[in-house]
Amino acid sequence: MVRDLRIAVDIGGTFTDVVLEEGGKRLTRKLLTTPQRPEEAVLDGVRLILADAGRGFGDVAVFVHGTTLATNAVIERRGARTALLATEGFRDVLDIANESRYDQYDLTIEKPKPLVPRALRFTVPERMDVHGHVRLALDEKAVRVAARRLEAEGAESVAVAFMHAYANPAHERRTRDILKEELPGLCVTLSSEVCPEVREYERTSTAVANAYVQPLMDSYLERMQAALAAEKFAGTIYLVTSGGGLTAIATARRYPVRLVESGPAGGAIFAAQVAARAGEARALSYDMGGTTAKICLIDDYKPHTARLFEVDRAQRFLKGSGLPVRIPVIEMVEIGAGGGSIARLDALKRVTVGPESAGAEPGPACYGRGGMHPAVTDANVVLGTIDPHDFAGGSIKLDLGAAKGALERDVAEGLGLSTEMAAYAVYEMVSENMASAARVHAVERGAVVNQYNLIAFGGGAPLHAARVAEKIGVKRVIVPPNAGVGSAVGFLAAPVSYELVRSRYMRLDAFDADAASELLKEMSAEATALVAPGARGMATFERRMAFMRYVGQGHEIVVELPPRPLQASDAQALREAYERDYAVLFERHIPNAAIEILSWSVQVSTEAKLPERQGAAPAVPQPVPVGKRPVFDGRSGRTTEVPVYRREALPPGSAFPGPAIVAEDETSTYISASFAAHIDASGCIVMDRKDA
Amino acid sequence: MSQSNSVGLIDLQIMWNRLIAVVEEQAQTLMRTAFSPIVRECGDLSAGVFDLEGRMLAQAVTGTPGHVNSMAESVKHFLRYFPVETMKAGDAYITNDPWMGTGHLNDFVITTPCFRNGKLVALFSCTSHLMDIGGIGFGPDATDVFMEGLYIPMLKLFDQGQVNETLMAMIRANTRLPVDTEGDVYSLAGCNDVGARRLVEMMDEFGIESLDQLGDHIIARSREAVLAEIAKLPKGTWHNEMMIDGYDEPLTLKATLTISDSGIHVDYSGTSPASGRGINVPHAYTTAYTVFGLGCVVATHIPNNAGSLEPLTVSAPADTILNAPKPNAVASRHIIGQMLPDVTFGCLRQVVPDRVPAEGTSCLWNINVRGHVKGGEGGNYGFGMAITSNGGTGARADKDGLSATAYPSGVRGTPVEIAETQTPLIFWRKEFRPDSGGAGRTRGGLGQIMEIESGIAEPFDLLAAFDRIDYPPRGRDGGKDGEAGFVGLKSGQTLKGKGFQLIPPGDRLVVMTPGGAGIGKPGERDRVQVANDLADGLISQETAEQVYEFKPPKAAE
Repeated sequence: MVRDLRIAVDIGGTFTDVVLEEGGKRLTRKLLTTPQRPEEAVLDGVRLILADAGRGFGDVAVFVHGTTLATNAVIERRGARTALLATEGFRDVLDIANESRYDQYDLTIEKPKPLVPRALRFTVPERMDVHGHVRLALDEKAVRVAARRLEAEGAESVAVAFMHAYANPAHERRTRDILKEELPGLCVTLSSEVCPEVREYERTSTAVANAYVQPLMDSYLERMQAALAAEKFAGTIYLVTSGGGLTAIATARRYPVRLVESGPAGGAIFAAQVAARAGEARALSYDMGGTTAKICLIDDYKPHTARLFEVDRAQRFLKGSGLPVRIPVIEMVEIGAGGGSIARLDALKRVTVGPESAGAEPGPACYGRGGMHPAVTDANVVLGTIDPHDFAGGSIKLDLGAAKGALERDVAEGLGLSTEMAAYAVYEMVSENMASAARVHAVERGAVVNQYNLIAFGGGAPLHAARVAEKIGVKRVIVPPNAGVGSAVGFLAAPVSYELVRSRYMRLDAFDADAASELLKEMSAEATALVAPGARGMATFERRMAFMRYVGQGHEIVVELPPRPLQASDAQALREAYERDYAVLFERHIPNAAIEILSWSVQVSTEAKLPERQGAAPAVPQPVPVGKRPVFDGRSGRTTEVPVYRREALPPGSAFPGPAIVAEDETSTYISASFAAHIDASGCIVMDRKDA
Repeated sequence: MSQSNSVGLIDLQIMWNRLIAVVEEQAQTLMRTAFSPIVRECGDLSAGVFDLEGRMLAQAVTGTPGHVNSMAESVKHFLRYFPVETMKAGDAYITNDPWMGTGHLNDFVITTPCFRNGKLVALFSCTSHLMDIGGIGFGPDATDVFMEGLYIPMLKLFDQGQVNETLMAMIRANTRLPVDTEGDVYSLAGCNDVGARRLVEMMDEFGIESLDQLGDHIIARSREAVLAEIAKLPKGTWHNEMMIDGYDEPLTLKATLTISDSGIHVDYSGTSPASGRGINVPHAYTTAYTVFGLGCVVATHIPNNAGSLEPLTVSAPADTILNAPKPNAVASRHIIGQMLPDVTFGCLRQVVPDRVPAEGTSCLWNINVRGHVKGGEGGNYGFGMAITSNGGTGARADKDGLSATAYPSGVRGTPVEIAETQTPLIFWRKEFRPDSGGAGRTRGGLGQIMEIESGIAEPFDLLAAFDRIDYPPRGRDGGKDGEAGFVGLKSGQTLKGKGFQLIPPGDRLVVMTPGGAGIGKPGERDRVQVANDLADGLISQETAEQVYEFKPPKAAE
């Protein structure tokens, strides 16, 4: 028995994807998620895939696991009965939030409902100031009184979030000790551990989210571990974090809030791997599913990261309408633009698409399950890029007439357009929405979008990628194989890692190299300890960063620090690095302005395994299409016959010009007339601009 | 419709969306690069793109209404001083004239011409609130505008890329916060450059030489859409009157609203005369907030631009407080300006009662503080900050009001931990103020209680600019008034709602923001909601029983 198998599982809202790697070979399985006991689908899937491979649980060396359980618990408000212990006078930080409305003109908005109702929010006298000095000692008796009330209220989990606790966590720590004495079974989250950063609302919100999902995740992970052990699994279990790293179960159980959004993070890692294999140093990952599209920038095969994420945004994906969670995340923009997104005319007769989605039930009109409104998929069926007789491998027969009828009613009539033109308008608008999101996202990161190449996956992206690429001036689009289980494939490539961020104020003109070095050393030790159970002796690497800004500004820029003790002379190099990045982002830097460091970050990780860059595939004879389909082009107003290829019949090295359609069971790829396509050595469809 | 026209229509729609994305990016850039905490933390700014006639084509969603709609007028003034034929690439123009900008000296407006292939194609404009512009400071005590700080007429900030050093030196010399103020000027100019670059890219992509056709399309479509909404309303004239605290005597705000086929007009005849202090409102700012209030009720989802604004018009007799000419003092013009949606709502309530909320706090309850620290640290003289905070909004017909939330202003509250980073103050309390939401079938939003102390052995200045202390938001249809605001010292003394006052070290400033008013009889409120409010401590036992006529269910435990 050789323990050489690596298995990854991604539990999504609808599907649980399983991927098994055996040497260079890869098997995949897709099962329906079992929401009540998610581990059931996981174990079923693993059993099936092991049977496919003719192997057993005992042969598995690594089991990597990503899940949206934590996110869903927040969205569906299914977490623990959670309480909050705050500084006296600050009971309502969660409700007061940022005192604003996320929609300026809408008088009917509702604010996001806090995870902890007011009746479960308690306060105790204590106060730190901005420098971490004690202004009011912790009233320990009040903590004990609060413990009694937590008990009476039946709280299962509590977040402790005191003012300026990031600057000095002593009161929070002492409070935990007392609570543990009083209520040994209670889960306790400290804001100074989960999110040691300035701004009380985001820090409290993050601590509360952690407390809210902790009991649930804890028991799930425990059951999972036990079930695997019962199957004689003896390998290592990892969980995927929102930052795209792997973490051991022990760490995940302490900070389960870090597990939100691990699925999409897997998708970005998958895209980074595809980029590495293809040698695309600048890639834009573009993942379009049924309800949303996600876009992520990847530089040098590393996805961009951010520190703030909003869970459970109100329907319209509006910024500020969700619950903020300040944790390291792979940075993505998500917009309501998927295959099921509904198109309609607004009050100004403008074609709008999404964010409302037809979902799986009733689905787009062409599914023939009662959907009356036109979805993006309907537009594709009418344009001809989707074959109604060959959708999902022929398992679902689509109703062209229903698609036409819906477009006719909701779009064409109001604008006096033909049905085909209405379909084209929907196609153009959804492509524009994605192009616009990509453009804005790139700009926010100081990137120039047309210097990137697109990596398209998920059911809908291959149909729209060519048009999105045309709009943003991208010259190459790559559609990898296994696109339907991309996240799970990505998990297998993620390094074991942990990132800590801490606020500690320092001006560059009063740079205290010793204090900074001391802080970074401490953080390094803590991150290393959190990585150790997962790294299991593997070599680790460290990245250190400073979040800097001009004194008085609000937005920070990340500057990389050398992974060694700092010296006084480093201040000058930091200033230069900062000003260089600032000018790139904002056109001009500000002469003579002082610079300050707000926060510091240390990331410890094992080496990320990047695939070797592949060679060119030897040319093969030009492939023969399996047929032709009429596709409508709105710009010329003409329908043209477009050759159709089956993906599995295209060996590496095949080359053919657009327009063309490549059909496969999971999706179809549309290659527009401005692109030529070939299949690379790893089976990706690569489209290149003809005029590039 | 011919095929090419169809494509043309689709492209126009796509470019319209793009234009909105461009100005949003302009606004986000401004927010990320701003120094002034009220801009970077709270979003007190606005950004937009204009055609060569000064018509606003798109505005950023990020920003605040008072800025947006007055900036829309401001660009026309710029065009009078700097005619298009004199504009050069690399130019940028500036003013803080309250009557040609956004209503007080603290707001700098910068307008930048956008050139493509050497040809002027559009104007980008933006404005933000700078924390200190010298003079008496950001409070209502001045008796004329000259006391309120540095007055910058229409000037060139950049001349073909060269910064106007003389002007910059003047600005630096006339503010207590020279470092922040200079930084903010650069940040304003920079965000216009970002917008201009994106616009040129869009025009390249779509191969258009001017914005004429797109501009006409946007303006015509938006105007039609607003007129179509107005057509659904009954025609006629309605009146409303509201009393507010004023500086040293109560003021009457009186509105006459007329709905006709051509639009909605609001006239403020009968409103009190201009005040001797800095709470006067220039006409553009009066228009800005009136039109914003109308838009919220009548045209919620129609983008803001010259077309959608056109059918909504406002007049106020000269020398009333809502059309106060130069040299009246105007620094705190937002207190009264922000009341205008409520004044207009009082008329609209008689037309479409279900779409209109009860009166709310309306004006921002910004805690404007100033103080001295040792030796001009960091190049600034002491500290100055507007700590934005809010009371409750009025109840909606089918929902409670929002607690501690800005309306109509679009700014965000200042995080306490950020306020304490920027100033040597300590907040001892910032939480909901129970029983402050006006009782009703739907309840008004709650105000909040704040207690603030100097963290050093020095006093600090309060530049009070609060209202609704003597005249709280009024309930309707049997709903109760919101709780009035309060300003005082912890030691017991009541402070004035307006004007400069000193908070001694060791004592605490206590600020209680008003609650929004309620709608309908409290006895008709859903009993579950009353029980929840009671359990959450949002209302007291006494209020539950006496005002809501709540009889607690017999204890089963």
